[in-house]
Amino acid sequence: MSTATTPTARDGGDGAAGSGTPEPVEVGVVVRGRRRLTTAAQVAVVLVVWIVAWAALRGTHTLPLAPSDLTSLHHSLNDARDWVDDNRNSSPIFLYVFNEIRVVLNALSQMFMNLVAVPPEGAQFPRLGWLGVVALFTFVATWLGNLRVGLLTLVGLVFLGLQGLWVPSMETLAVTAAAVLVALAIGIPLGVLAGFNNRFDRLITPLLDFMQTMPPFVYLAPLALFFGIGLASAVITTLVFAAPPVIRLTAHGIRSVNKATVEASQSLGATPGQTLRGVLLPMSRRTIVLGINQTIMAALAMVTIAALIDGPGLGKNVIKALSTVDVGTAFNAGLALVVLAIVLDRTTTAMALRSEGGSHTQRHRSPLARRVEQWRRPLLGVGAAITLVAVWLSRTYVAYAEFPFTAGGTWDLGRHVRRGADSVTTWVQDTFPVLSEGLMTWVTRGIIDPLQALLETSPWWLTSIAILALAWILGRWRATVPAVICLGLMVWTGLWQDSMITLASTLVATLLVMLLGVGVGVWMGRSDRADAVIRPVLDAAQVLPPFVYMVPVVALFAPGRFSAIVAAVVYAAPVAIKICADGIRTVSATTVEAAVAAGSTTSQVVRKVQLPMATPAVTLATNQGLIFVLSMVVMGGLVGGGALGNDVVGGFTQRELFGKGLAAGLAIVLLGIMLDRVTQAASRRVGRPGR
Amino acid sequence: MRGLRTARVTALVASAAVALVLSGCGGAKVGDTGAASSAAPAASGSGGGGGAECGTFNIAINNWVGYEANAAVVGYVAERDLKCKVVKKDLKEEVAWQGFESGEVDVVLENWGHPDLVKKYIDEKQVAVDAGLTGNKGVIGWYVPPWMAAKYPDITDWKNLNKYADLFKTTESGGKGQVLDGDRAFVTNDEALVKNLNLNYKVVYSGSETALITAFRQAEKQKKPLLGYFYEPQWFLSEVKLVKVNLPPYTDGCDADPAKVACDYPPYELNKIASKKFMDSGSPAAKLVKNFTWTNDDQNLVAKYITVDKLSAADAGKKWVEENPDKVKAWLAG
Repeated sequence: MSTATTPTARDGGDGAAGSGTPEPVEVGVVVRGRRRLTTAAQVAVVLVVWIVAWAALRGTHTLPLAPSDLTSLHHSLNDARDWVDDNRNSSPIFLYVFNEIRVVLNALSQMFMNLVAVPPEGAQFPRLGWLGVVALFTFVATWLGNLRVGLLTLVGLVFLGLQGLWVPSMETLAVTAAAVLVALAIGIPLGVLAGFNNRFDRLITPLLDFMQTMPPFVYLAPLALFFGIGLASAVITTLVFAAPPVIRLTAHGIRSVNKATVEASQSLGATPGQTLRGVLLPMSRRTIVLGINQTIMAALAMVTIAALIDGPGLGKNVIKALSTVDVGTAFNAGLALVVLAIVLDRTTTAMALRSEGGSHTQRHRSPLARRVEQWRRPLLGVGAAITLVAVWLSRTYVAYAEFPFTAGGTWDLGRHVRRGADSVTTWVQDTFPVLSEGLMTWVTRGIIDPLQALLETSPWWLTSIAILALAWILGRWRATVPAVICLGLMVWTGLWQDSMITLASTLVATLLVMLLGVGVGVWMGRSDRADAVIRPVLDAAQVLPPFVYMVPVVALFAPGRFSAIVAAVVYAAPVAIKICADGIRTVSATTVEAAVAAGSTTSQVVRKVQLPMATPAVTLATNQGLIFVLSMVVMGGLVGGGALGNDVVGGFTQRELFGKGLAAGLAIVLLGIMLDRVTQAASRRVGRPGR
Repeated sequence: MRGLRTARVTALVASAAVALVLSGCGGAKVGDTGAASSAAPAASGSGGGGGAECGTFNIAINNWVGYEANAAVVGYVAERDLKCKVVKKDLKEEVAWQGFESGEVDVVLENWGHPDLVKKYIDEKQVAVDAGLTGNKGVIGWYVPPWMAAKYPDITDWKNLNKYADLFKTTESGGKGQVLDGDRAFVTNDEALVKNLNLNYKVVYSGSETALITAFRQAEKQKKPLLGYFYEPQWFLSEVKLVKVNLPPYTDGCDADPAKVACDYPPYELNKIASKKFMDSGSPAAKLVKNFTWTNDDQNLVAKYITVDKLSAADAGKKWVEENPDKVKAWLAG
């Protein structure tokens, strides 16, 4: 599954790079058109047969399970939990393994906390005051990136302080740093191994899929049981979700190094270690840094979740604000997360670019670029000196140690942010309910209900056969085999019917995501100005914790499935839009010019040339859209989405529902893997049209 | 060109840095104030009012405002009068109870029943104990927004609910009236109630307290019908005074069989749960926890400081404690 390989933020054409998208193939559109027609016809036949059979058999063999009923699987999962609970003080695996891990992680994260966020024992301030932190980060960003990201870092960090959120921001930074460091220490070696060894890669891929799609709510309470309440658990929660991207991208980077280069190095007598260090790692450096970037973004996405088990930082501000339904405060904290994410994203991306344009390309640079390069060293020297002074100041004077923030003062930007967010939300909530309710009712009755009825009230075997037939048509064996396994296991979880309800909402949400993805994507792909304006909004929508916008969504659309779908669309659409935009952009300019010269109108160019040629990107966008929508199922449960999301939330909050929540988490993973494999297999076939 | 611009920026940054140095020199030094503030803990070591030393006092914070109000006043008193080092940990209920066993949590200051957790940690594992009532009375029930109670006065009697079922239809309730519940953590008999009272309704989970409050707030503002599960004490009631629907009155034991419940929820006497080790430790904070008790009005007032006046929980607690010295004295006595 390539969840992680899509850049969370600005990163241009790399979107496709990580996920093994097929190259756009410029072959006869006619051939492909005829073929797609037959595929579409086959799909239509399956759907018609399914609907006819459903009309006859509806309501039988639906495998329902009432909200408070449990299956024997759920009971045995509960028993397993109780066993762990009873044995954690005596079992050697706890005493010597988990406890040791816990001690090490606590020490590591405490070190970062003391450095920037909380005073060490007996001290009054963290080791680095705000001025030191700002100077150090600005310097590092300028040094490893460029002056632009350096300035961005400077402005961003000061902004956090002016929001009145310096300390929680630094706490978030510290925990994220600890988690990312551990993720890299584990992830890069594993990624190298997976890049070399195909068997290991196949072994680890489902595990990574599992780590990324399993809702964190499921493992939050057990983690606190294993690793105690505190920093260690917060770090591990983050780690589970954040490690996979760097593993996947490292493996991908290693694998895509030109075979001939490797062989040349080997024939010159290099040992495997030398080849790795001298050829493979340097040549895949850019992809690996992209992986690091993705890992950082994923870690930041976990901040609000970790706050539920006392994970420190901005997440707490968000969760606290929600208990008083205080949208302004939640948004202020969410915005701080967005700022942190954008600073870290742009900096690591700039680092990746610099590492690519390393020393061996220097010769080819223009005189101007060379002059900048000449200036760089002395400038960096000056910067280093200023940084040292700033660090010293921040350790010496109170004004530079503690961010000089006065609530309600002129420079209290947080107040303006809160007020702004509050008045916008109130205005929206008071102005649009009639409109939004109409839309909600129309979509729910017109699209969600019929689709859900078909999935929910068909006999389970009928639905399974239909899904398998579709998988076969779209992706042959590559799609059908995983689908068989996933459907079988879904029956085993005891949550078939809930899975089908969730599947219905997921499909509707993905449909909306793709409408937006193609629509806005084409616009952005064709206009640089639109791209420049929209892209930052997309970045923000992806990083803003969904908890922040759940209140306005519920206020507009009432608790229910449609609210859940809207929340999922807000989160998933940016990915799809970015991939589609990149796809449109990569269509060769000459082809477009030729079409225009031949007298095509704009809409003809879009429909007949750009979209068909961007089909691989659109398929990839669908895949990513689906996966991102699925990752919002639990969030959807918090706004009335019901079904699997509700089961997971129940498992997190009620002891006897733990087993059921875990099973529901598994069902979400299974849905994710199934949809991913089917769409990937389909995209493979689309990429290599009828030859 | 670019080099020059870079140089100019650097010069600017450098001069700003110099300015910072100059302006900072007049300010307080880290060491200076450190001495002043570190004097306080030093004093607490020798002082402390003669009793045993308090040390670290771990309070679990469950995520609702009423709970935070309890924790704010108890925490403030423990810090001010008992010189405890108060550590507040934001935790979901079940995770908080797990913490009793590992010693990471000393006390839960507002507990709503939770028979499953009581059984596990008090009866079976014996790592937690009931530390007495908080004095707050919990009420659970079905509520409607005030505009509905005004327009349909007889709606507050459950016998009339079927008459109004059509009003409460939504896209989620499958043709019946909707009873909106919170998340699954809440104590709820609603599905059994609907069935056993023969109501033409369906229970729909809003999934979270936030969604539930938002739904009620919009219902009052937009004059939309809504029937839902709610509870007191709750800060939101001071913003919108929801009206309770009277279900058949509670009698002792009428809720013994969860599947056959056909009566209203019992009144809840909210209590405190503490780790056994902590209660046996002789810490002065343990005595404070045992003695702590106040009324719904007290809690609502602190909750109002937090939600309406936007004080931080710590400031709200401080304010209340300073306004109510007599009540606080009683907690510290004995």
